[in-house]
Amino acid sequence: MTDRFISVEGISKRYPAPGGRSTTIFEDLWLRVGQGEFVCVIGHSGCGKTTVLNILAGLDQPSDGAILVDGREIRGTSLDRAVIFQGHALLPWKTVLGNVAYAVSSRWRSAGRQEIEARAMRAIAKVGLAGAEHKRPSELSGGMKQRVGIARALAIEPKILLMDEPFSALDALTRGTLQEEARRICRETGQTVYMITHDVDEAIYLADKIVLMTNGPNAKIAEIVENPLPADRRQGDIHHDPNFYAVRNHLIDFLVSRSVTFRDAPPAGWDPRHPPVVRLGSAAAPAAEPASRAA
Amino acid sequence: MTAPLRLRALFLSLLILVLCLGAWQIAVSGSGATADMDPDYAKLMGQTATTGKSAMPSPLDVGKTIWGHLRDPFYVRGSNDKGIGIQLAYSLGRVTLGYLIAVLVAIPVGFLIGMSPLMGRALDPFIQLLKPVSPLAWMPLALYTIKDSGISSIFVIFICSVWPMLINTAFGVASVRKEWLNVARTLEVGPVRRAFTVILPAAAPTILTGMRISIGIAWLVIVAAEMLVGGTGIGYFVWNEWNNLSITNVITSILVIGVVGMILDQLLAQAQRAVTFPE
Repeated sequence: MTDRFISVEGISKRYPAPGGRSTTIFEDLWLRVGQGEFVCVIGHSGCGKTTVLNILAGLDQPSDGAILVDGREIRGTSLDRAVIFQGHALLPWKTVLGNVAYAVSSRWRSAGRQEIEARAMRAIAKVGLAGAEHKRPSELSGGMKQRVGIARALAIEPKILLMDEPFSALDALTRGTLQEEARRICRETGQTVYMITHDVDEAIYLADKIVLMTNGPNAKIAEIVENPLPADRRQGDIHHDPNFYAVRNHLIDFLVSRSVTFRDAPPAGWDPRHPPVVRLGSAAAPAAEPASRAA
Repeated sequence: MTAPLRLRALFLSLLILVLCLGAWQIAVSGSGATADMDPDYAKLMGQTATTGKSAMPSPLDVGKTIWGHLRDPFYVRGSNDKGIGIQLAYSLGRVTLGYLIAVLVAIPVGFLIGMSPLMGRALDPFIQLLKPVSPLAWMPLALYTIKDSGISSIFVIFICSVWPMLINTAFGVASVRKEWLNVARTLEVGPVRRAFTVILPAAAPTILTGMRISIGIAWLVIVAAEMLVGGTGIGYFVWNEWNNLSITNVITSILVIGVVGMILDQLLAQAQRAVTFPE
């Protein structure tokens, strides 16, 4: 059960197009995410990664197929699946504490005010914002706003954290710090994470598995790259790791050329139900590598 | 000149005021004897003919009248002679009542329209048709059905202040950011709690803008409505003083109506500031 905590089973998304036809964003996606795994999805804009995330969140429905979480089909939104939105989506009329407490009081509806505030304050402290709890979002920098977004998501103790390019609007320094903290918090709590990103380095630093999606329309999950970097990696050091460039080059090659060629002509034997798992670098099984890199 | 802008503006305002009052005083003061005439005849003709004095009152006359009204605003000397304070109270009472009823109708209906595209489309033709109708056009219908001039003017206030609030509420509710609604959805917040904790605060600045427009319109319309139905109120007072040919009192009323309108607008402006959030 734990290796298929999230089970994406053959989902597709189609939108009606002019002339009675329909546009298929993605088709027949299959994916398994184990409990406590950190999964990053990489693909070009328009491949439907955000749609998959919205379906996971319960904000959208697939045209076909279903997603199971912990063995149950997703029907609508749930407090077990918290979303960290790309544009932080804080309620500007509430303070930092008010924003986090709003989520806490939604989770524990019968909790007293003191308990709600205590839980909210713990989450705020976890993201390093203690002392700023009475500020309004307009008084915070972009990085601090996104920290509040993370605190709000963590405060409800979700089983799954869904992140939609959470750090893409931040400057490089802030992004680095936040990535580090996000990784630390998720590792400490054994959080299962589904995250979308455009940033290859971010994916290599954060993810246990990197899911590669081809270009849309008719996007597919091409392959799943296992991250060969050690679990206790540090952000400033990962580019010294002997396997770092093997992964990075593989990902960039995919984004530059294979994301199109793969969609139009998948390699022989590619099965959408079982997208190949790619292991790279010195730690990889030698048989898997040449076959998958032969593009 | 390094005084702050506020002080300089104040100084300029005072200067303009003094210039206007001065020009007014000079324009209406007499030009001396205009013609030699028999004293008895002159008495008959009045000052306008004999000394060139204007029929318009001078600012000093108006000042004296205002002072008189301020000293005793609430006197009652018969049904056609009540203090300006009492007349204002009548008008304010009608505006408040009609306006509050409009708030109670416009905000819930605006929510309904804003949240349901179906209701929005279904009600749109009615709103578009009724909104441009002058509120006074409702007066005969109101008088015929309600048969009470006081309540009829309250109805007219209601009908004129309902539209801006309704339209602004619907617009504010419909344009609440999708991401805020998604936050509420992912937190499994129910529809009622969502309406009060997300939609209402998000739409409040737009709703208050509509309320501010409405109170302005209501105060414009009450004067005309009371001129029409008579009896009591500041509008009736103006018309009554016109019938008395007391231009001094007419000018006084104009100033009083302006001041009260300004206060009402400022009250709503303050409420608007209170609910506005910086992004």
